[in-house]
This record gives sequence, structure tokens and C-alpha cells, in this order.
Amino acid sequence: MATVILPPRHYLNDGYGIRSWLFTRDHKRIALLYLAAVTFFFFVGGAFAVLIRLELATPAGDLVSDETYNKLFTMHGVMMVFFFLVPVIPAVLGNFLVPIMIGAKDLAFPKLNLASWYIYIVGGLFTLYALVTGGVDTGWTFYTPFSTVASTTKVIPTALGIFITGFSSILTGLNFIVTIHRMRAPGMTWFRMPLFLWSMYATSLIMVLGTPVLAITILLVAVERLFHFGFFDPALGGDPVLFQHLFWFYSHPAVYIMVLPAMGVVSELVAAFCRKQVFGYSFVAFASLGIAVLGFLVWGHHMFVAGQSVYAALVFSILSFLVAIPSAVKVFNWTATMYKGSISWDTPMLYAIGFIGLFTIGGLTGLFLAAVGLDVHVTDTYFIIAHFHYIMVGGTIMGYLGGLHYWWPKISGRLYNETLARISAGIIFIGFNLTFFPQFILGYLGMPRRYHAYPPEFQVLNVLSSAGASILGVGYLIPMVYLMWSLRYGRLAGSNPWGAVGLEWTTTSPPPTENFAETPVVTWDAYDYGAPVEGHVA
Amino acid sequence: MWSGTPLFPESASTMASRVDSLYFFLLAVSVFFSLLIAGLIVFYAVKYRRRDPNSVGSEIHGGLVLELTWTIIPFLITMVIFVWGASVFFAMARPPDETINIYVVGKQWMWKFQHLDGQREINELHVPVGRPVKLIMTSEDVIHDVFVPAFRVKADVVPGRYTNLWFQSTTPGRYRLFCAEYCGTKHSGMVGEVVVMEPSEYQTWLSGGAPEGSLASAGAKLFQDLACNTCHRPDAQGRGPVLEGLFGKTVRLQTGETMTVDEAYVRESILQPAAKITSGFQPIMPTFQGLVTEEQLLELIEYVKSLQALPQVQTR
Repeated sequence: MATVILPPRHYLNDGYGIRSWLFTRDHKRIALLYLAAVTFFFFVGGAFAVLIRLELATPAGDLVSDETYNKLFTMHGVMMVFFFLVPVIPAVLGNFLVPIMIGAKDLAFPKLNLASWYIYIVGGLFTLYALVTGGVDTGWTFYTPFSTVASTTKVIPTALGIFITGFSSILTGLNFIVTIHRMRAPGMTWFRMPLFLWSMYATSLIMVLGTPVLAITILLVAVERLFHFGFFDPALGGDPVLFQHLFWFYSHPAVYIMVLPAMGVVSELVAAFCRKQVFGYSFVAFASLGIAVLGFLVWGHHMFVAGQSVYAALVFSILSFLVAIPSAVKVFNWTATMYKGSISWDTPMLYAIGFIGLFTIGGLTGLFLAAVGLDVHVTDTYFIIAHFHYIMVGGTIMGYLGGLHYWWPKISGRLYNETLARISAGIIFIGFNLTFFPQFILGYLGMPRRYHAYPPEFQVLNVLSSAGASILGVGYLIPMVYLMWSLRYGRLAGSNPWGAVGLEWTTTSPPPTENFAETPVVTWDAYDYGAPVEGHVA
Repeated sequence: MWSGTPLFPESASTMASRVDSLYFFLLAVSVFFSLLIAGLIVFYAVKYRRRDPNSVGSEIHGGLVLELTWTIIPFLITMVIFVWGASVFFAMARPPDETINIYVVGKQWMWKFQHLDGQREINELHVPVGRPVKLIMTSEDVIHDVFVPAFRVKADVVPGRYTNLWFQSTTPGRYRLFCAEYCGTKHSGMVGEVVVMEPSEYQTWLSGGAPEGSLASAGAKLFQDLACNTCHRPDAQGRGPVLEGLFGKTVRLQTGETMTVDEAYVRESILQPAAKITSGFQPIMPTFQGLVTEEQLLELIEYVKSLQALPQVQTR
């Protein structure tokens, strides 16, 4: 094996000043700007989670006041959903990889791409402003009429921040759709694309079609709050449940904005670390599109106890079961991909395995909630909290961390400490389950969500959950340390440290600003592991 | 450490066992598939672990039979769960014909219960064991939600409309009642208890105290005080429709539509009289929005319900 050297010219040494970053149009540098920003919001949201779990270690509301507690869970949800989970994989990994994976020099609209980062930052600053000037206590769901007439906190600045950030999502989605349609390298047909791109495409469709509805809804809340137009408040002739329809019309598909990209990452990881074609490529690809389409038709399952008609509830119930099928198909296909693979136990694969296990539990508990008669008992309890954290944290964050570890050598040109990385993946898996599994039991017992104080018989399970959260927190901090460390001291990765196929591994690590010395011509399918490949350097 | 830590909720209603059966079925399905997937992953990860750093996996691209199998089997299982869940939900949504009706008004941050006989309670609800009870609920401010885990029932309490929740308790005792829809600062303090009593004790409790008389009689007094009786007269000579025997009937509106007179219709007719005018009448009634409270509205509704159709009176 040839000695690995850093390429003389790459996107990271193409200009050093602050201006070379803040005015960059390079999708890879913008990806890193996003990486810094989402990581910041993740730790802000995480700090709120720490305080929530500390408060819930005892039944009495004794650590913080009820008002503060309500602000904590609201800001935790707002930060994590709108400023971390929605943008994290598309804006960081997607931005970095979409052009490279299709053999393009950049996204279709590089300036728009930079603009969407600035929009995201402005939205984030609005929400941070709301936070430091008093916070908001409506819950991330902003249910009316509480948010429009009762709450006395900073509803409008927070909502405005989310409104603004939404445009960043829309522009990113638009950019990806156009790029994938128009900028594929010669020979890169739709069915030769890596599955990550299919998931990015499906995600982008939801972003472009769903986010405007959220923007309108937020605007209506602001108008009712400021000018007392009666949209949602019954005292003004409005309908409070209308808000829930509008909100969930976006926010249920938003769940798929958060998890589809992670599914795309896991397809890449499973293929690369089994060195094998993903089983049933076209089924996995179409499952992404199926989820994106069906995901728009299930919003009413958030409202089974909100007083909608029995027949509406049944329609939403059956559609919710149908959207579970493509997710199940994906899980079976990933598992089947491992059969007769050449399976490495490197860190990204550990995350992929963790994802499949946790997503399976998250998905199966979704069936409990789609069954209307059972949902009535468990909705608005900790069962819901546990379910969506299995999807959002067990799914999205595991997928994201797996992807970050997989592509880190490409992004930075260097390798991280594999031993530490494996240990922290294990810590995260254990900490996650200890945090959230007890919450399923709490939920069936009947502990409602968003409770500052709770009856004493729920304490033991809550203490377990809080203990798990502290382990999980440590698990998230360790990668911060060794990834930063690797930037300076990590061994050089070389262009293809994992022995993986895919266009991103054919260019240097880090890639040059224009990604490829020459535009590649693709003559092979994705995951073409037909011949033995050179083993990785680790 | 585990003493006093339940892992499964107590069951105290006819609905509880139906919900639990579905829960256990789903639990079995989930455990089966979780173990199947986890087992296969661990087995493959060990069996096919990479021994030679240059090796690649076998060339397997997929298989239609397998894809169809793991599409169709989950589909069939989910349809079974759908039908099962729907049938439980139908039972929850349809109260029996004969129920004890109790009115519930939620407000930040307390529960007010009004029994037909006139008893009023706050954050505590007394009901007899073995009898179906229907709660007719509304809110004075934001959305709340009545949740009794031991009964496995829950329903939102929405301002501006009436929602229903019914249950039939099976075991005397005290059961927790939670507000399950986030409603502001003291949301977690908006809790109470359902006290399920033997029928004889319940009768004693009922006769214990209702100094102001029944709900309908309070409504009758209000009906006089607000001068509703000047227009709504039993003799069909008033300017408004005769209310005797009206509740539950179908009326024709000016627009040609027909409406069933239920709680929501009576409520709307008091607060926004012009919204749905009965055919043959003029929209002359003033609004009572802001003049009557949610509880007074319930008294008026109960009074209208109590008015029996009089013989020889012709209703229009």
C-alpha cells in the first residue's frame, strides 16, 4: 500500500481567512458551517434535557419552578426539532455529499445554499433571543388557544424564528431536487444513485411541500395573538382543533424529514461495511418515496382524542398502519443485506446496527399508537415520549453519528481513534435504552407527559431514566473530544480508508474544491463490490 | 426499591381488559419481530464478520419472493391490529343508551364536576360502581384532557364545544385523574381522583348535599332571571320556538337544513342565536355571550332537556 499523503490542494486549504468561510459558495464548507451551528443547537437543547431529567428525579417539583420547567421542555423540543433534527443530516451530510455522490462540482444554486445557512442562523438567533429574554412555555407544538390567548411568554419571537428557519429548509430542499435532477454525472442514472440520494430526494420533496404549511400556521398564530383575528380561539369564533390539523399536516411529515435521511445513511453504512449490494435496492428506494407520500396522509393520528369524528379517526388509523409497511420493508432489507456479507465491526457499522435495533422498537411501538382504541390510553403519556425518542434519538441521531463517523475521514482527511469511538457508540446505546425504555412502562402506567411533578409511585422508573440520561450525555461528549482531536493529530485517511465504493471515495480526502479533477463517467451500479477491494488502512 | 413501584396499571373499568388484550397482542408481535431482527443481525454480524481485510460480500441483489413476503405478512398483521383497535375505539365512542350523565368544566387549573341532582365537586368525582357514566365536558379557557389510567379512557376537553367520555367502573376505590393535555403553568397540578362507590353508598353520598336543588331547577331559575321565558313560551304564542319536548328532536332551519337538537346546538343558540335560525322565526334573539358562564350554560341545557312535551300544544 502506498504511503498516505495529504493532497496538496483541497477545499480546506483553499483560503484561510474568516471571509473565505463566511462568503464561501463551496457546498463542503457550507456543510461545515452547518455542522458547527447544529452542534451548538444540539448542546443547547441537550442542556435543557439535562435539567428536565434532573427535575424528574424526584416526584415533587423541587429543582425548578413549574413555569421554568414548562419553558425547559418547550425550548428542548423547539431547539431539537427545528434547529437540530430537521436540518442535521440534509444540511450537514447532504450538503457535503449530494454533489460528490452524483459526480458534480457543487449544488445547482451555490449562493442559495449559502443564503439558506444565513437564514437558518437568523431564525436561530430569533429563537435564542426569545430564550434569553424569558423563554416560551407553549410546548413545541404551540397548541391553541393556549398559545394565542393564554400564554404570556415569548411566543411570537420563537414562532418567528421557526418561521424564518423554515425557509432555509425549503431552499435546501429545492436545491437538492434541482441538483439531483439536473447535475448527475454522465452515466449516473437514477437507479445507479446511492440510496442516500433517494432518501435526500424524498426528504426534499417533503421539505418543499410541507414547510410552507407550517409557515402559514405560525403566521396565523401570530396574527391571532397580535390582532385578535379569530382563527383558533372559540371566543373569537375560531376553532382550536383547526390549528392541530394545520400543525400536524406539516409536523407529521416532518418526522419523516428527520428519519428518512437517517435511513439513507444506514443504507450506505450497511452496504459499505458488509461490502455488498443493498438487498432489494429498488424496494428500498421506492420505500423512501412511499413514506414521503403516505406521510402526508396520516396527520390525524395525533388527534384521536381531540374530538374528531370516529370515521376520520379510522381512516387516519389505517393509513398510519400502511405507512409502517415501507419502514418494515427497509428494516428487512438491511438485515438481509448482512447475509453473506463481509461484515466489519468498525464504528459506523456499530451505529448502523444500533439504528436498526432502536428504529425497529420505535417503529413497532408506533403500531400501538396507530391502533385507535389503544392510542386513547397511551397518547399524551410517556409512552409517546419514549416512542418518538426511539425514532428521533435512537433513529436519527444514531444514523447521523454513524454517517459522521463514516464520512469524517473524507470531510477532514484524517482518522479518529477507533477504540474510543467504539466505546462511545456502546455508551450511547446503553444510555439511550436506559433513558427511554422505562418511559414506555411509565406511559402505560399512565404518567402524562409535560408534568413538572408526578405521583410518587412513578419515581423508580423516572430515576432509572434520569440515570440513563447522564450516561447518554457522556456518550455524546466523547465523540466531540476525539473528533476535534483527530483534526490535528489523527492519522491521514487516504482517499478510501474503508475500502468502500461510491464516487466520494474516488476523490482525495479532503476533496478538492471542485470535488473531482475530472468529471467522472459512471459505468457501474451503486455498491458494485464485484471484485475484491483494497483493505482499509486502520 | 421496587415495592410500591407498579409496572402495570390497575384495571377498574369494563374497557380496561379490552385495551389490555390488544396491548398484550401488540407486545407479543413487537417482541417477536424485535427478537427476530436483533437475533439475525447479531448472528450475521458474528458469522459473516470480515476475516480477510480484502474480502467482499457475496453478490446477492435481492429476491422478489422475499420482498413480497415481508411486505404482505406485516400488512396482514397490521390489518388485524387495525380492525381490533377500531372495534375497541367504537366501544369507547358509543356510550350505552342509559347512562348517568355528569357535566365537567375544565379551567386552568381545576376540574369542576356537576351532577344532575345538583351536587358540585372540584377535582373529585364520585360515581357508582357497575353503572355506565357519561361525562359531558367543556372548557372555560384552553384545551384540557380527562385521563383516568385505571379506566384506560381519555378525551380532550375543548373550549367552545362539548366532548363526551364514558366508562363503567368495575371495582370500588379511588383512581387518579390527570389532565393529559398541556394547559399551562400548573398543568401537573390539574389532577384529581375518581371515587368509585357501592351503589348504596353512592345514594347516601348523593342525598348528602345539594342545597341549591337539581341542575335543571337551577336552570329553570336562570331561565326566568334572564327573561328567556318571555319569548320561549310553552303555548306557542311567544316570539321564539317552544322548547318543551324539543331536545333530541330534529328541527328545520331557515336555510332548509335540518339539525338534531343536542347540547352543542342549544349552547350555540344561546351564545350565537343568529347562527342557526329555526324555520318560521325571526333572528331577533340577543346573544348571551359573556353573560352566562359555562356552568350556567350547562344548567340551561339541562333545563331544556327536562322540559317534557306538553299535550295539546302544537310545536312548529
